[in-house]
Parts: sequence; structure tokens; C-alpha cells
Amino acid sequence: MSGYDRALSVFSPDGHVFQVEYATEAVKRGTCAVGVKGKDVVVLGCEKRSALKLQDTRITPSKIAVMDNHAVLAFAGLNADARILIDKARLEAQSHRLTVEDPVTIEYITKYIAGVQQRYTQSGGVRPFGISTLVVGFDPNDKTPRLYQTEPSGIYSAWKANAIGRSSKTVREFLERNHQDDMDREQTIQLTIKSLLEVVQTGAKNIEVAIMSPGQAIEMLPDDQIEAYVKSIETEKQEEAAKKKTGRGGTTTAAILTRGGGEGSESRE
Amino acid sequence: MEVLLGITGKDFVILAASKAAMRGPTILKAEDDKTKQLNKHSLMAFSGEAGDTVQFAEYIQANIQLYTMRNDTELGPNAVASFVRGEMARSLRSRNPYTVNLLLGGVDPITQKPHLYWIDYLASLAPVPYAAHGYAQYYCLSTLDKHHHPDISLEEGMKLLEMCTDELKRRLPIDYKGVLVKVVTKDGVKEVEFDNNRIVKSA
Repeated sequence: MSGYDRALSVFSPDGHVFQVEYATEAVKRGTCAVGVKGKDVVVLGCEKRSALKLQDTRITPSKIAVMDNHAVLAFAGLNADARILIDKARLEAQSHRLTVEDPVTIEYITKYIAGVQQRYTQSGGVRPFGISTLVVGFDPNDKTPRLYQTEPSGIYSAWKANAIGRSSKTVREFLERNHQDDMDREQTIQLTIKSLLEVVQTGAKNIEVAIMSPGQAIEMLPDDQIEAYVKSIETEKQEEAAKKKTGRGGTTTAAILTRGGGEGSESRE
Repeated sequence: MEVLLGITGKDFVILAASKAAMRGPTILKAEDDKTKQLNKHSLMAFSGEAGDTVQFAEYIQANIQLYTMRNDTELGPNAVASFVRGEMARSLRSRNPYTVNLLLGGVDPITQKPHLYWIDYLASLAPVPYAAHGYAQYYCLSTLDKHHHPDISLEEGMKLLEMCTDELKRRLPIDYKGVLVKVVTKDGVKEVEFDNNRIVKSA
């Protein structure tokens, strides 16, 4: 504690706002979320915290939230903070419809969310939102998929594919290696799940996937389908590993799953 | 002299609203749509003070959508009706209340039963099998009293509606430019063709 992290709106002498950096740390400890754009589809994938034995999974809230029919958000970081931000975004989406008779564009709602996040880094008596978000969807009467990211500092940026939360670096590097432009729906879903499997060891039951298509409401991929994807990816990996083995005649086990970052606390999703 | 009509049947609700947008004795528009879809299976028809009507309808629509997203729950017609009545009652007790009359038609997504609610600017709410607002009440309710049954088919419903509009054409002193007809079923809301050009001679 150097004293420069007491009041939120105070700089440290070398130009840091510590509270914002701590918020970014909270994001890193949250469970992973991935967004991938395809040709005419955009897919969100999330790591789900494994439910405790007595937990009712049917009514435990998801990390993927609908802001409007055409705009969806996934987050990493503090669950409770996300609820507030999502509610503000939903209100703005409807308010926008009411004032200009048009649904929000994805860029507009991203900018709004980032704007709220920025405000909470420069006002008194508040702390920043401990979440990063991936905002996806389609603009009204448009078939171009959109994917944006926002951060606790209020920065927002557009992506072809990106990951936030725990081990997001590993996933992002995986995406950088494997993302192609103009992927179809199947390929996009596959890449999303594949990239998540880099960091989610428990497999299908800890993954949720949402798909957005032009002019359609959100589609949550059913559990059995996710399981099918995971299975096919795993057999594919094993075949590849076997091929390597025979080719090299070595003894190394291929496909070691990487996993970085520390354990998150209960409140982090 | 705006016309709002509502008829329920076996598994549907018909809402009809006159197409004339009027200011005093002048018709400003002959293709006006006085209905607003609130969610997948509820439709609201409105008449009253120009400006108030659309403002109130859009406000209700936005809030129904917001509620649905916040709570991940589609509201059934009865819930929508209670909400609309509540908002109307709140407005009534404000400095400048909305002067809007409403018909709310919907099909319950769970029971698949049709519902029709009559709501006026004094925030009265009545669930009814068939309804009318404005002068249409004087001319159509008797016809509906005589011919309506709770389990009529859509064709019979449309026929009944035609009897009502025929009577309106016969009796109303102003041309209301025909009606726009929408039907709510379990599959959602859709506009249906309606022949407004049939000549009806007065007695």
C-alpha cells in the first residue's frame, strides 16, 4: 500500500491509477470467455464454474446475458458487478429504441458500456467494475458479425476473435494460430470450443456456448451438442497425437493442456 | 371517431383498428397502424388523444421488453394487462395523464388460451370475450352479443368482424378508412387481409 490506491481518482507519481489495475487483476482471475467471428455468425463460449453437489444448476445465472434481441454480452470477472453493468446496458438498449425508434448498434452499446466503466474510474466514492466484457451481435438490418471487448478502464476495441479472463493469453494465442476469415457456422463453433478446451480441463459440462446469427435471437447450444463437439475434438487430438508418435517414434505424450493463472474466489465467474 | 374492435375465439384473438388518422374533421392519413406488438404473443390496439397514444404504447412496449430481458421471462397476457393498467393508473394520478383507450389481445404461451382485455383512460381493466372502444361500442356490441361464442373458429371470427364493420359503415357519419386487422395465435401476431372496399348501403 503506497497511499496512492486509497482514493480512486488519485494518480500515483508514475501515472498509474491503482484501483483500475486491481480491477484488471480481478478480471484475470475470473473464468474464461471467448468470442469468435465467422462469415455470418458470431459465437460466444464460456467456462462455467463447476456446480457444487447441492447447487441447482437450472437457476444459477449464466455468464452470457442478453442486452437486446440482437446484442449479447459475456463477461469475465466479478459476477455481481456484471449484473449492474448488464442492467444499465439493457436499460440503455430499450431507451435507445424509445428515443430514436431503432435498436442499438453493437458499437453504440459497447461504447455505452465502456463509458459507464470509465465513469467508475473517475468519480468519487465508487470503485471500478471488476469485469471485462465481450459484446457480440449484429447491427439492425446488417449481416456483418460484430465483436467488441471492454475493459475496467473503459477501453473498448473490436476483434475477429478474442478471449478474456483466466488464461486468456493462452486462448488468444491459440486463436491467433487457428482463426481464419470467412469460417462457416460449424467451423466457428468448433474453433470456439476448441480454444476453450485449451484451458478448461473438465470438458463439456463446464462449457456454455451461445450463437448469434443475423436477424435472429440468441441460440444457446444444448449440452448434448457441446458434448458431441468436445468428443470429436478430443478424438481428433488423439489421432493427431498417435500420428506424431508413430512418425517420431518418441515417447512424449502430445496434447498437454496448458493452464495458467491462479484459482479464482467463489464470487468470480 | 376511431374504431377499435377485439374478438376472441377458440385459439386466437382478432384486433381491428381503423386506418384513419384524424385531426378534428380532417383525415391526415388513411393507412395508420394503431397497434403495437408488446411481445411474441401480445398485441395492443390504442386510440385517443393524438400523441398520447403512440407515446404511451411505445413506453409500454419498451418496458415489457426490458422486463423480459431482466428476468428472462416472457410475460403472459394477464401479466401484461396488469402492468398496463398499473401504468395507466399511475399516469391518471399525475399532473398530465395519458388520454388513451386500449384493447389488449394475447394468447397465453403456456395454456394457449386467448385473452382479451378492455382498458380505458381511467385505468379500468376488464377481461372480455369481445370488446370495442369509442362509437363502435354503440354499433357493434349488440351484434357481438348475439353472434359471439367462445369457441368460434378464425373464419367465423372474421365473419363476425365483417358484420361489425358493415354496421359501422352503415351508421357512422364519417369514413374511418377501413380497419387494419391483426390476429394473435400461439404462433405469434400476424396481419390478415381484410376487404374494406365492400360497399354497404344505409337503410
